[in-house]
Amino acid sequence: MTVYLDHAAGSPLRCEAAAAMQEWITGAFGNPSGGHHVARRARAAVDESRDRVAEFLGVQPGGVVFTSGGTEADNLAVLGPLLAGRRGAVVVSAVEHPAVLEAARASGREVRVAAVGPDGRVEAEQLRKVVDKDVAVVSVQLANHETGVVQDIPGLAARVRKWAPGAVFHTDAVQGAPWLPLPEATAGADLVTISAHKLGGPQGAGALGIRGAVEVAPVIRGGGQEGERRSGTHNVAAIVGLAAAVGSLDLSCATAVAARRDRLWTAISGSLEGAVRTGAGSPLVPGHLHLRIPGADSESMVFLLDEAGVCASAGAACASGAAEPSPVLLAMGVDKSEAGCALRLTLGPSTTDADVDAAAAAVVAAALTLQED
Amino acid sequence: MKVLVAMSGGVDSSVAAALALAGGHSVVGATMKLWGGPADRGCCSVSDVDDARRVAQQLGIAHHVFNFSADFERHVVEPYVADHAAGATPNPCIECNRHVKFDSFLRRALRLGFDAVATGHHARVVRDPDGSWSLRRGADAAKDQSYVLHMLGQEQLARVLLPVGEMTKAEVRAEAARLGLRTAAKADSQDVCFISSAAGRAAFLAERMALHPGRVVDRAGRTLGEVEAVELVTVGQRRGLGAAAGRYAVEVDVARRTVTAGTADELMVSSVPVGPPAWVAGAPDPAEDLEVQTSAHGTPVPARWHPAPGSAPGGVAGRVLTASPIRRVAPGQSVVLYRGDRVVGGAVAAPA
Repeated sequence: MTVYLDHAAGSPLRCEAAAAMQEWITGAFGNPSGGHHVARRARAAVDESRDRVAEFLGVQPGGVVFTSGGTEADNLAVLGPLLAGRRGAVVVSAVEHPAVLEAARASGREVRVAAVGPDGRVEAEQLRKVVDKDVAVVSVQLANHETGVVQDIPGLAARVRKWAPGAVFHTDAVQGAPWLPLPEATAGADLVTISAHKLGGPQGAGALGIRGAVEVAPVIRGGGQEGERRSGTHNVAAIVGLAAAVGSLDLSCATAVAARRDRLWTAISGSLEGAVRTGAGSPLVPGHLHLRIPGADSESMVFLLDEAGVCASAGAACASGAAEPSPVLLAMGVDKSEAGCALRLTLGPSTTDADVDAAAAAVVAAALTLQED
Repeated sequence: MKVLVAMSGGVDSSVAAALALAGGHSVVGATMKLWGGPADRGCCSVSDVDDARRVAQQLGIAHHVFNFSADFERHVVEPYVADHAAGATPNPCIECNRHVKFDSFLRRALRLGFDAVATGHHARVVRDPDGSWSLRRGADAAKDQSYVLHMLGQEQLARVLLPVGEMTKAEVRAEAARLGLRTAAKADSQDVCFISSAAGRAAFLAERMALHPGRVVDRAGRTLGEVEAVELVTVGQRRGLGAAAGRYAVEVDVARRTVTAGTADELMVSSVPVGPPAWVAGAPDPAEDLEVQTSAHGTPVPARWHPAPGSAPGGVAGRVLTASPIRRVAPGQSVVLYRGDRVVGGAVAAPA
């Protein structure tokens, strides 16, 4: 039995995406940059995909830059405006994904960090402390990769526009994209990152949406593809898969998924005294249930759940795969030992009621085993 | 049995996993992440985790990475620095075995429902006719690691498998090659796993503690020379004593910042004071003729255990008395008593 509750790490390929990709894996081929009819067919597939992704992001087709994934798009969003000559500091929230944080640290610019509250939210007054006219790029995620807490991007972007009219506002929407309508949820942001495999597309594809006339210089240089903003031959099959995935997303399932997720929490918290739900009072994406269970360390929980057939996550891990105390939780003021008891369960559109029942029973059993000692 | 194999990514633990599996056990592999800083190899680097994972894949067993870096920092790295600051020369592998591999890791395994842990150490765990467990030297005398496992008591030995202890290193490599394991020809790990060979011990310690220049003096207190860092001098060391060349460090006094140099004769002792001992199966009779080994691959010499009467000063729990003089043991090093090929127990040498 497998109960897959790690959709935030990677969701299964949607059948629409698989069907669209099939042609480009086993039949059609060619480099979209060529001058012949085989190349033109590939070019057309990329262009059609661009239109669909542009609509999904709420940008002009010319504002879509296809990348190898969310990490590359985040790097391009943080570094691209700086490479294009924009002067000033980089502002990030304290709970950004490492793709944003590490790009900011590598930029050579002053990095200013906007604190979050215990609820995981970036408050305007915290952002105000670090945003002024000397800021080049501000990056605040739409939804957190660990906790699922959603930020008020339109509100924050509007304020940043006022405080630092020259700054570029980026939002990493990788975790928000499977659930929220991006044109509204990211309104006011200049740059928006998405990743295909979090929303039913293939691994190895992502995009940066660019609104308006923000200049972004390439991080990856070469033949000048993607409007001279990202070089490298297009990964046509993956791009087609990304477009098919966003085209077939049904945001209306969000309510049902959120209800299942809440039922999972009710079942767990009813049996485990002391379990704490992270971001309980904050807006959350529907798929995320992040909790801390005293006496049940992350690594042991993931191990025991795996043995019970349930795929879960500790939330944060290093390159070797070892669980690390989560910087996200520490930024929210959770103490180190409690952060070591984090568990992330993330549902997808395909998660069933039976999955929820099985997972709740497994989580309770595993936690009680660990709490016994 | 359900067995959790500690897989470091080396050939010994790779074969230990294979043997545990061949022995009919239900086996899962786990690699401990112990150190977050720069290191060449050992249990800590991503490439070693890769090797462990690939071997687990070859064997068809699950593999997990467990983060014990907080325990490692607290029980191994911090004491390593503190001991040097006090003028001692600790053995971090022994403290890692004592506090991490055969404590935190073993307890984790039992919590997770395993019956035992297995490691790739070259030593043997044997159940004696009276039902007690004994820890014995590994079959390969040159690779024997019973010295660094001397702290294992009955409770741990009952839960520990050392599958390669019956084999020579050559046999281990041959078995790995026969199974086609990618670690078959991998070089043995050397030195301290958390210190990179490029930076070295002195640089590692200099980042974490103050090093002080010291005077080299003779027994009468006359200055013979200088050392750059008194904390880096080990009792028994010959190198780097400057004008006292040809002599040995016989005592290191960090408080006074002096190294006492002496002749080879002055280095010899017949009594080694030690801290609290750990016994495999109870304290030996002081009248019993045993053997003592004072380094990982040192030659055992006849000795007896002499417990300190009552509460002795300075944390000295007793003395190991040797039948004939041996070189002084640097404080911080482990002193291990044997009865034939059986480990009786051991303790950390205290300052003389």
